[in-house]
Amino acid sequence: MCGIVGLFIKDKALEPQLGKLLAGMLATMCDRGPDSAGFAVYGSDESGSRKITVQSPDPALFSGLDAALGDALGAKLQMTVRDTHAVLRLEAAQADQAKQLLRENYPHLRVMGVGERIEIYKEVGYPTGVAERFGLASMSGSHGIGHTRMATESAVTTMGAHPFSTGSDQCLVHNGSLSNHNNLRRELKHGGMTFETENDTEVAAAYLTAQMDSGLSLGDALQKSLDDLDGFYTFVVGTRDGFGVLRDPIACKPAVLAETDQYVAFGSEYRALVGLPDIDGAKVWEPEPATVYFWGR
Amino acid sequence: MPTVDLAATELRALNQALHELSDGTNESRWEIVNPRGSHAVAVGVNAPVEIDIRGSLGYYCAGMNRRAKITVHGSVGPGVAENMMSGEVVVKGDASQYAGATGQGGLLVIEGNASSRCGISMKGIDIVVRGNIGHMSAFMAQAGHLVVCGNAGDALGDSIYEAKLFVRGSVKSLGADCIEKPMRPEHIEVVAKLLDRAGITDIKAQEFRRYGSARKLYNFNIDHADAYG
Repeated sequence: MCGIVGLFIKDKALEPQLGKLLAGMLATMCDRGPDSAGFAVYGSDESGSRKITVQSPDPALFSGLDAALGDALGAKLQMTVRDTHAVLRLEAAQADQAKQLLRENYPHLRVMGVGERIEIYKEVGYPTGVAERFGLASMSGSHGIGHTRMATESAVTTMGAHPFSTGSDQCLVHNGSLSNHNNLRRELKHGGMTFETENDTEVAAAYLTAQMDSGLSLGDALQKSLDDLDGFYTFVVGTRDGFGVLRDPIACKPAVLAETDQYVAFGSEYRALVGLPDIDGAKVWEPEPATVYFWGR
Repeated sequence: MPTVDLAATELRALNQALHELSDGTNESRWEIVNPRGSHAVAVGVNAPVEIDIRGSLGYYCAGMNRRAKITVHGSVGPGVAENMMSGEVVVKGDASQYAGATGQGGLLVIEGNASSRCGISMKGIDIVVRGNIGHMSAFMAQAGHLVVCGNAGDALGDSIYEAKLFVRGSVKSLGADCIEKPMRPEHIEVVAKLLDRAGITDIKAQEFRRYGSARKLYNFNIDHADAYG
């Protein structure tokens, strides 16, 4: 069992409240996944720049990282530290080099996600505590996805928490378990994908990234996953400008969607949605099995 | 009439108070407000009382109900009226998975749609759904009636025993050993009665088609004796 929440804002006036609303939703799902939690927030568009979210078991190790990495790149970069995570902002053209430098020179740091807008935070611990450590409630943005984890397929670790990000501005959270992930991982490795964990969800994320790298839209990639992924899943995925939902054909894992003029919201249960503005006036429904739902802006 | 505000009252206290009701109680009408998607609201009631719940609920609402009439003015999560014994549960909105699962008696009315596995393993309950039902509904259904005014999803009545299914709209596919059967006068009468009890007046019993067990899957057949080894 896990809990998923997601919020995609249509009315820009609501964007400053994204973090607060998402934190409230996440808190209702603690008992579905008390061992770890994480979230991805898509912040304002800063064209021409990239954000790299890195994690360190010891936040003290972030000290001087911005200056040292800036020197190595020959450019200035900004760093915002939130507990065990730091977001590095730099020129888009330098992102690949920065990632390589991080990999080679900073083995204690783990890259959680890269993109124009995405920031990813996840840790082991009770979800409300995790959200507080990172200050989720004060974040703003256009959309966000959160997850509370009750681990079944792999260890309770920071890297085993969701969301998983395997491509630029992409992330995926999952409630369920995949049964063919070992084989798929092997195939994806042959295709050049790299993996951080033994987790089944990471395979699903990498699968979608590989499909999108080959030219498919997110919607088409999700459609194709119905043929290639075996197991139980409710997925919520985020891209730079969009938000998608997919349930497997058996659809055992719960899901509720709500839509108003202001937002689209996802919850594993209706409880997750009750704090949202005008929820009593929202269209609320259970997403159909094996049906791709997608909203973009 | 007691009104219980679930924003201020613990769920356990509410259910305990409902369990303590006995025949002849003066507290025969209850109203529950602010459920905010709570689980297990009004589970295990065993008294002839009426309970109105204002708002939407989570898992297992009105489970194991006996004799009470419970009306939800909203939608419900998975497992509404699971293993109901008697009484009546009415959902004004939609119901999630396995509505009325294993129900042994009473009437469950869903005025919106029900999702997958509606009436799974039903054992005597009557279920009336005004809208559609999802896939794998009435899986291994043993007894009782499932009346669906809209459409049914994939694999309706898979491995069904003796429950009777009536669908007015389309059936996406039938499950193993489930077949269409003729609507005889006694079936029209049963459907008409259930529609009447559910307060549905604009739909005629003659518009439904009947589905049930072909009785090939579970009945002993001497010609297949070797296969049972």
